[in-house]
Amino acid sequence: MKVLVAVKRVVDYNVKVRVKADNSGVDLANVKMSMNPFCEIAVEEAVRLKEKGVATEIVVVSIGPTTAQEQLRTALALGADRAILVESAEDLTSLAVAKLLKAVVDKEQPQLVILGKQAIDSDNNQTGQMLAALTGFGQGTFASKVEVAGDKVAVTREVDGGAQTVSLSLPAIITTDLRLNEPRYASLPNIMKAKKKPLEVLTPDALGVSTASTNKTLKVEAPAARSAGIKVKSVAELVEKLKNEAKVI
Amino acid sequence: MTILVIAEHDGKALAPATLNTVAAAAKIGGDIHVLVAGQGIGAVAEAAAKIAGVAKVLVADNAAYAHQLPENVAPLVAELGAGYSHILAAATSNGKNILPRVAAQLDVDQISEIVSVISADTFTRPIYAGNAIATVQSTAPVKVITVRATGFDPVAAEGGSAAVEAVAAVHDAGTSSFVGEELAKSDRPELTAAKIVVSGGRGMQNGDNFKLLYTLADKLGAAVGASRAAVDAGFVPNDMQVGQTGKIVAPQLYIAVGISGAIQHLAGMKDSKVIVAINKDEEAPIFQVADYGLVADLFEAVPELEKLV
Repeated sequence: MKVLVAVKRVVDYNVKVRVKADNSGVDLANVKMSMNPFCEIAVEEAVRLKEKGVATEIVVVSIGPTTAQEQLRTALALGADRAILVESAEDLTSLAVAKLLKAVVDKEQPQLVILGKQAIDSDNNQTGQMLAALTGFGQGTFASKVEVAGDKVAVTREVDGGAQTVSLSLPAIITTDLRLNEPRYASLPNIMKAKKKPLEVLTPDALGVSTASTNKTLKVEAPAARSAGIKVKSVAELVEKLKNEAKVI
Repeated sequence: MTILVIAEHDGKALAPATLNTVAAAAKIGGDIHVLVAGQGIGAVAEAAAKIAGVAKVLVADNAAYAHQLPENVAPLVAELGAGYSHILAAATSNGKNILPRVAAQLDVDQISEIVSVISADTFTRPIYAGNAIATVQSTAPVKVITVRATGFDPVAAEGGSAAVEAVAAVHDAGTSSFVGEELAKSDRPELTAAKIVVSGGRGMQNGDNFKLLYTLADKLGAAVGASRAAVDAGFVPNDMQVGQTGKIVAPQLYIAVGISGAIQHLAGMKDSKVIVAINKDEEAPIFQVADYGLVADLFEAVPELEKLV
């Protein structure tokens, strides 16, 4: 079966971003960019499904600027067979991205679509669920275990207070949580091979998708800073402060 | 304006996060209706009708909604919600699972995890793990929003007397089914609702050592959390994770034990009223946000703390 994996180019998770002085956004100039960590887990899961003989082809797709080709090449080096970039220089909302992915799903007809549960830049946690709505597929969000059997997939989900397992008819949408797997690193020979794998570039116009949005970001500000407190010298002093100064115990 | 709030519940009891979500609705202003979807949910509907400020409770009681399967609940919410000015749900695992599906069905963008209401169409929300706060305006005819509970003080659970109305609509997409669940059983308070949270990080060294924190937590009536590092290392299950991609907590007192303070962890706890950090590395970033820092070996400090509180 064919598996479609969606990946996003985001600020590397180790970077502490700064808000721009004009409050128009965060400063991304000369900042290290990487594949969103949850998307790495999505790619890894697809590769494992292929290694198990469940998946026959892995198509990786990204919606973003030209430079997102770097993240697609990384996914190809990790084991994806071919890549699609839907090129857009604009900052798109989750709904616009979901609509573009829907167009790619219509074109590719995958049995399984795997996405990260959230991108660590916008922290929206929306795209997978929206794609599920637009395609009418079942959704297994925040997955910690995925098992394909016949025309169904059993997904164990991380939920508040524990885990829930649901069974979905294929085709289905899965979004990954942290414990689903531990992504591998790409080997040098595979990085070299990835350069030769096919990478198709499309545009929202070519897919016939409007990326208009009902959300508008008016400004982006730094959060109120929390000032550092004091260092106490002993546990006894700590307990005294908590009881008499902070009055929280 | 009339606002539809999706009740958060486990089929038996109304979850406290619903009260924070109603509080956000009250800030927006207008009539507030609450939808309770599930199976055998009479008690939840009764509790919802008592929430202060709620005008009407809609009850969709059907087997199709039993386990909050989004394939079935989202079409219900989209159908009912189309006539409202706003649809709000708590940013819990259910709310996050269902609401974006509703938004896409209504062809509107969602605003996730708002922490304040500026006006009926403008809200603030953290982005980049809380390192920036975005002010977002929605032009959608129906504004679809998830609410971060820590941003809003809960409304009173009692005092209201809303009319209860049954909803006949049944949506059963037939694409998904519930198989089972494993919920952690604990006598301790729920992490996101606890007044005191004790959390452990990589410094705990292994899962067994978390017993130190459980003992301390039981004495304080606290919940126990963990950093992603502790979850990744397999010390404790993921539902204990506090941080950007885990749970967001804002208790009266947060005690971080053996946690260095990565930005992803701080994103989940920095709105706590009082933060205590116990770490043997005095350079640990956690001390930059802690009200009280103790540079000490946690294996000595935690047992001593447990004796003194």
